[in-house]
Amino acid sequence: MIGGVVLLVALAGVALAPLSGETYYLTLMLPFFGYGLALLGLNLLFGYAGLLSFGHALFVALGAYTAAYLTSVFGILHLEVILGVAALVALAVALPVGMLCVRYVKIYFGMLTLAFGMLFYSFLFKFYHLTGGDEGMRVLRPTLLGQTFASLEKPAFLTGPFYYYGLALLVLGTLVMWRIVRSPFGLCLRSIRENPGKAESLGVDVQRCRLGAFLIAAVFGAVGGCLLAVPTGLADPLLAYWTHSGNLVFMLLLGGFDNFFGPLLGAFVFIFLQDQVMSLTQYWRVVFGAILAVIVIFFPRGLMGFLDRRRRAGA
Amino acid sequence: MALLEARDVRKLYGDVCALDGVSLSIDEGEFVSIIGPNGAGKTTLVNVLTGLARPTDGSVRFRGVDVSVLGSVRLARLGMARSFQLVNVFPGLTVAETLAVAAVSRLGRGSRMWARLARDAEVRGRVEGVAALFGLDDKLTRQARTLPQGDKKLLDVATAFALGPEVILLDEPTSGVSTREKHVIMEVLVQAAERMGVKAIIQVEHDMDIVFGYSHRILALHQGRVLADATPEGIRADPDVVDTVLGKRRP
Repeated sequence: MIGGVVLLVALAGVALAPLSGETYYLTLMLPFFGYGLALLGLNLLFGYAGLLSFGHALFVALGAYTAAYLTSVFGILHLEVILGVAALVALAVALPVGMLCVRYVKIYFGMLTLAFGMLFYSFLFKFYHLTGGDEGMRVLRPTLLGQTFASLEKPAFLTGPFYYYGLALLVLGTLVMWRIVRSPFGLCLRSIRENPGKAESLGVDVQRCRLGAFLIAAVFGAVGGCLLAVPTGLADPLLAYWTHSGNLVFMLLLGGFDNFFGPLLGAFVFIFLQDQVMSLTQYWRVVFGAILAVIVIFFPRGLMGFLDRRRRAGA
Repeated sequence: MALLEARDVRKLYGDVCALDGVSLSIDEGEFVSIIGPNGAGKTTLVNVLTGLARPTDGSVRFRGVDVSVLGSVRLARLGMARSFQLVNVFPGLTVAETLAVAAVSRLGRGSRMWARLARDAEVRGRVEGVAALFGLDDKLTRQARTLPQGDKKLLDVATAFALGPEVILLDEPTSGVSTREKHVIMEVLVQAAERMGVKAIIQVEHDMDIVFGYSHRILALHQGRVLADATPEGIRADPDVVDTVLGKRRP
């Protein structure tokens, strides 16, 4: 009950934020929508299936590069088409990668996903004629539901129509994921996380379920990648770099992976914290490293776990 | 045709021969206990019978189908369930969720991503039915990790029953629980089997009161070989079994 009220208030706050006219902070919300979607997928894999990927940025980059290719090479500007193609491309890549990766667990799964992520980064970096190398590729302004919004300057477009488009996508993605984790498939994933041997003895097809989670996570990652690329107007190879995957894991730990909304809180706090700390010191990575250490040691269930514990203590 | 049949099963782990030419046939309505000293090959036999381990030689057939071809996942869906020697639960799942995993699996609904589990009346019915049989109906919302040891064991066995199996293999269903709880678990287990139409029960057990109190037939293993396969009376009358397995000489 309390959770539902908090959620509604948060959603109303985000929805009404454009009325404030604070363009700077509104542009900070745009990566939140993209990361939020990517993290919902990553958390299905980690929080629900127990598989920690260190290469999830691969799919984020895949989404961004799909957007870049479709807009600047093929001239396709419909964002709905871009999102659909990005999802299909992610599925096509995730299927062979996932079939190999889900045969392994724990650190081996993590290292294998890291390896595929770095493989894709190297491809983006080295195949200049295809990917633009270290310069990346331009992502042109897309149309939203067939509307070009040509009269709007870029900041107005991003903090207006695109803001609400991103928010709507995040809400839709959250509802879809909410349904998935409460489905029989979601229960099977949790049983696999808890005890894969027992799950298998009960007839749960462990590898197939893990692969299903991997594919869904890839689609969410690619859709999130599309949303990330539009505001910057660039698909950059660093999107696939391992530090970016590390940031995604950081956000997950920060928010709390054993709570459905933990990843969203993690993405939100990470983005605004990064902005604040970066404005204070150039050694922001040192500060973030220390924060990560504190979270792991003192708040292993992340911010949501901390808030939940306080709520229970107060009840 | 026998429900479950093993023929000349050998199982080697490197140079160690865990099973050496074991044959076994289980028919409908039987309660069979597998006994033997430590290292006799009891758990290996259960693992081979349930498809968890592939025999080096010989064959195991469940309803006429080769178990090694099926694998443990398809076997479970076909109607064979097992519980493990050590308490084996999903620590972070509630009792209801644990039983629902088995129900969902048995109904072939594990890949449904868009169905609402909470609204699945059939799954809920199975969960509540099995929980009531095992006296876990007042603990449905409790996480498995918070249950006392006896209830964990009960939940482990109940989960196997929630699969709605035809044959159930129980590896020491009463290990790690008190003597008083052992008989409670066995009574619950036998009644549940009757009510749920389980066609055969195979158990590995060390407690001879339990073995002789509930079994129709007893298979005694020693050093990977079948020492005897007889009724409880036949086993008591077999001097080799008495010397080797039961651990006491006849007067």
